[in-house]
Amino acid sequence: MITTTAYTFKILRSDRKRPDERPWFQTYRVKVIPGLTVLAVLNRIRDEIDGTLSFRSSCRSAVCGSCAMVINGRIDLACRTQVASFGANTIILEPLPNMEIIKDLVVDMTPFWRMYEKVRPWLVRRTPDPGKEIEQSEEERSRIDQFVNCILCACCYGACPVIARDPEYLGPAALAKLERFILDSRDERPDDFLDTVNDEKGVWGCDTVLRCIEACPKDVRPTDSIVGLRKALVKKKARQLLGMKK
Amino acid sequence: MTGLSHDVLIVGGGLAGLRAAVGLCDKYDVALLSKVHPIRSHSIAAQGGINAALANNPDSRDDTWEKHAFDTIKGSDYLADQDAVEVMCREAPGIVYEMEHWGCPFSRFPDGSIAQRPFGGAGYPRTCYSTDLTGHVLLNTLYERAVMKGVRVYPEWYVTALATHDGVCHGVAAFDLMNGEIVPITAKATVFATGGYGRVYFYSTNALINTGSGIGIAYKAGVPLKDMEFVQFHPTGLIGTNILMTEACRGEGGYLVNNRDERFMERYAPKAMELAPRDIVSRSIQTEINEGRGFDHPLGTYIKLDLTHLGEKKILAKLPGIRKICIDFIGIDPIREPIPIMPCQHYSMGGIDTNAKTATEVRGFFAAGECACVSVHGGNRLGGNSLLETIVFGKMAAGAVDEYLSRETVSPKDEIVLRAARETDGKMTALTAGGKEKTFALHGELARTMSTNVGIFRERAEMEKALEEIGRIGERYRDIGVSSPDRHMNYELMNAVELEYMIEVAHTIAHGALLREESRGAHSRRDFPKRDDETWLRHTIARMNGDGSVGISFRDVTITRYQPMERVY
Repeated sequence: MITTTAYTFKILRSDRKRPDERPWFQTYRVKVIPGLTVLAVLNRIRDEIDGTLSFRSSCRSAVCGSCAMVINGRIDLACRTQVASFGANTIILEPLPNMEIIKDLVVDMTPFWRMYEKVRPWLVRRTPDPGKEIEQSEEERSRIDQFVNCILCACCYGACPVIARDPEYLGPAALAKLERFILDSRDERPDDFLDTVNDEKGVWGCDTVLRCIEACPKDVRPTDSIVGLRKALVKKKARQLLGMKK
Repeated sequence: MTGLSHDVLIVGGGLAGLRAAVGLCDKYDVALLSKVHPIRSHSIAAQGGINAALANNPDSRDDTWEKHAFDTIKGSDYLADQDAVEVMCREAPGIVYEMEHWGCPFSRFPDGSIAQRPFGGAGYPRTCYSTDLTGHVLLNTLYERAVMKGVRVYPEWYVTALATHDGVCHGVAAFDLMNGEIVPITAKATVFATGGYGRVYFYSTNALINTGSGIGIAYKAGVPLKDMEFVQFHPTGLIGTNILMTEACRGEGGYLVNNRDERFMERYAPKAMELAPRDIVSRSIQTEINEGRGFDHPLGTYIKLDLTHLGEKKILAKLPGIRKICIDFIGIDPIREPIPIMPCQHYSMGGIDTNAKTATEVRGFFAAGECACVSVHGGNRLGGNSLLETIVFGKMAAGAVDEYLSRETVSPKDEIVLRAARETDGKMTALTAGGKEKTFALHGELARTMSTNVGIFRERAEMEKALEEIGRIGERYRDIGVSSPDRHMNYELMNAVELEYMIEVAHTIAHGALLREESRGAHSRRDFPKRDDETWLRHTIARMNGDGSVGISFRDVTITRYQPMERVY
């Protein structure tokens, strides 16, 4: 026999197309079996109780990055969060901060993608491609491990206090993506590319309060990338001051 | 209704769609429409790897593309078209190198070459991988490439209809989810890369977005479908959530164990054991469960996928994503405990009928990836061949579109696309007019009947029952009611539109399965347990008749150099 537990879900509702309406919390009561995720309950609410509720979802296995939101004050993916994990029978859901709300739990991620594109997130090569793979040692490959794991869900972007006060700050995900390429032994972007992030909108904007690390559902540590990029910039500066070429 | 116009429309932002877009955007005005942001596409969830005869593994120095082709054809139970398989396997090494040059972070061997692991049904370890996140890294790499090239993307635009007239495609009608508007878009060429139909089944490893509606849209627009009865069931879906547990678990040495603590695969495939092709392993697991040798669980009966003997170091290095999923979703650490699994729908072998260049019968309309059936997988796809297919045929689609547009003067007509958009508009208005049926309930019934009656083992009476139920669900669909007439970000409305197409997809699967009186690959009939090459070594081609029924014709399988043999592993 599976026993169910009664839960109260309070979901912040709003609609960009109805600017005159103030956002409000709508309450839904559902019975939940053990092991159910927040996303599974959201789907049930939309299916069985309220078809007007909007939220994004796809893979339901924490790899596609669609369903980032604030769950009882904590940023996470709805699909990998167990309803029972809070030790409370009330679950409060709010949209990801730092982005404009389109409707209910759906936010406009355009600024997030704009920052992503700014760091030129692709492998830059100048040497002609060999007829086969570009060799890379296991150790070289392992340097980018954690940054490769990023699923671009924007949990970190939503958690970042710097973006909250300066929307032009690149943010943790974009900087982690940049470091993923800087650390890639195959990448040949010019050294001065780092200058594009050498300011308060880039690596120096970070408060290093590690909210991004806390929020990341895939154990990526964006702050490591920011510290790494800062070190690279300092080294470069030192070399210049000492009159060294490289 | 304000319309848009582009040279080429790519529908779908997964690997096949992005590869097609990247191949065309330098020369044409290309637009990529995707119902989710491209990076959320289901390609992201592929875990195990991509096959190519690189011969990097010390155990595979004499591997060749011909051996890859043979394994693929034997795996397909000889239903694959051998000329197309040869193209795919010959292209494979070049495709993998190209992705590597574009930045794909493959795992490496100690000599710095791309790492390769053993996979089911393959004579050599030729599956290139990046831990157990291969789809994730490939999709990121292709998206990065698309960003670099400035591909125009319309994210969260759902295509609702294909605008065809007299055998020519003029574009699509699309639903801009964020603004809630229906937009007619003309194009000289349209490529569907809309993915598989996993959600037509109740137990599926697929993402929620994998409704297969692209296949249904093409079918309703008069494009024939091929081999729809061939549905892959993956042996190892996590119990409860049905999240995929990659074949790499077994490729790295994992065991399948029943409640008598037996590695039961020795009874079914004594040589290949756990690395027999998926159709065989899934049937073996289902047989163990049916005969009472599974384990009971509140969420269903399961078999154990045991990795514990692989050790912590290997699991952390080769299967970190699997470990994390198990911990997050079922509270089990596979380093210490076996994983409870069951077979689940996983892949659509059948799909939009295309030739080896991705062209369909309708001029200006192409299809690539899981939504298409070339056929390179025939009756059963080998693990590691789907990622390969998406990129090879995405690239082929770019070539085919270029060839088509260079050869012909095409002038798509606004009024045909506008008509399709008006039809969508009418449909949406009707859906919000207050019917009493609910999309989720009908979808649930459809998916349940497919899993129960057109599943791993099939027989006449059950499939007839499925067809009856699908017919009834189709009737009830006319009375669907969507809660709100506001169209923007109205997922309930989008799901309701999709359901119409899902019903047609289910219809063609069940119809083809009932008709094919033999067992081949993943299509396993209890009442016709043998393969019958005399009658059935051919493709089924499904067309929608004027009255909504399925019309079936047949096409011979192309055989080049691999004569059909008995399939023993």
